[in-house]
Amino acid sequence: MEKTYYNPQDLKKFGNISEFSPGLAEKFFSYYGEVFAEGELTAREKSLIALAVAHTVQCPYCIDAYTVDSLEKGSTEGQMMEAIHVAAAIRGGASLVHGVQMMNKVKEIVM
Amino acid sequence: MQQSLKKSNHQLADTLIQLEVLNQATQQGSQFPAFTQKLRGLNLFPLKPTHLDIFQVNVGKMCNQVCKHCHVDAGPDRKEIMTRATMQQCLTAIAASSVRTVDITGGAPEMNPDFRWFVEEISKLGREIIVRCNLTIIVANKKYHDLPAFYKTHNVHVISSLPYFSAMRTDAQRGQGVFEDSIKALKMLNAVGYGQEGSDLILDLVYNPSGAFLPARQAGLELEFKKKLKAGFGVDFNNLFAITNLPISRFLDYLIQSNNYETYMEKLVMAFNPAAAANVMCRNTLSVGWDGYLYDCDFNQMLELKVSPSAPQHISAFNEAALNNRNIVLNQHCYGCTAGAGSSCGGTTA
Repeated sequence: MEKTYYNPQDLKKFGNISEFSPGLAEKFFSYYGEVFAEGELTAREKSLIALAVAHTVQCPYCIDAYTVDSLEKGSTEGQMMEAIHVAAAIRGGASLVHGVQMMNKVKEIVM
Repeated sequence: MQQSLKKSNHQLADTLIQLEVLNQATQQGSQFPAFTQKLRGLNLFPLKPTHLDIFQVNVGKMCNQVCKHCHVDAGPDRKEIMTRATMQQCLTAIAASSVRTVDITGGAPEMNPDFRWFVEEISKLGREIIVRCNLTIIVANKKYHDLPAFYKTHNVHVISSLPYFSAMRTDAQRGQGVFEDSIKALKMLNAVGYGQEGSDLILDLVYNPSGAFLPARQAGLELEFKKKLKAGFGVDFNNLFAITNLPISRFLDYLIQSNNYETYMEKLVMAFNPAAAANVMCRNTLSVGWDGYLYDCDFNQMLELKVSPSAPQHISAFNEAALNNRNIVLNQHCYGCTAGAGSSCGGTTA
């Protein structure tokens, strides 16, 4: 067993997932590549979205990868932190908005 | 102020040690593929010059700044300065050559006492003159305040480093207060007509990453720089060149100290771009050191890798035909010029 669950060296082995299922991996990586290409959103905007999502799904590989990628796409430290705050706001908001459900229930059962 | 690697007797001041690092096995025991092998695969080895277009002269390593990434290891403590006699040898060579552009670099080239004389003499030869001005020199001392007017008189093409449009990243790389002084200098250049619409006085900026990552797309960065510098500071410029940091000298030291060396080299190797390889700047450039020795590029110069022994070694023996027939000297740092969109003193190449 590895000493830790996450090994930074494993990030560059991402492509190896094709070893156990080449067809699905090929479809995934082809899709992945297309998703991040310049489109209606710029590649830089997509990288910032990926960075924010990486923090939401708390994937250390993705955080490393999209921190570097965001810098290499020309994002500033401020833009990157703002993107993470967007993720944090949605995450926090998602908890808080359930407060309405809690309040509904309270009002249902409390005199 | 920080000292140069040389002044502090750092082991990387020895270029042989730098080359040793660049060619050593990784921690896993594997070896990065040889750059020469990559070119062999593209039928580009041995790499030959296409023609001589740019004559780049390093007039000295003395500088008023000590930038953390400097490949020259320049600074106030560097005393290597080109003499007027060597400059005269350069002028004789330029006059007899097909060179279109003379690219003057340093250090801060303006700190060479014969800098202005050299520019005036090149101007008489009717060649384009580039000066790689670090900007802060213009405001460093009263005697330099008239540099923008001097550049204008000789229609000098000014190329200046400004790693970012924010003080945080610029100062982290180039020293405390450099961003503020750079903005002051840019405004002085703008005031005499540099970078202005309708003016033929060209002011280009150079972006290089403030760390162990590759530059963003040049065109996108240029738009962003233009927008931010105009809105934030009222500054105009013409073009932005995105340049990759090569793993030598102080940037190599940074990579090793920050434990980023292998990852960065791996990034450069993985991003090898055949189109950039065909367009590397050493194919149309000759680099002259402060002491008149000849090199394929400014990076080879700082690694003390002189031009192939089959070609003249010193500017006093300049021979364009023989130089055009030389094999360009390559090593592992060359991956820096072929990664991604490619990199040269004039920005991306692919």
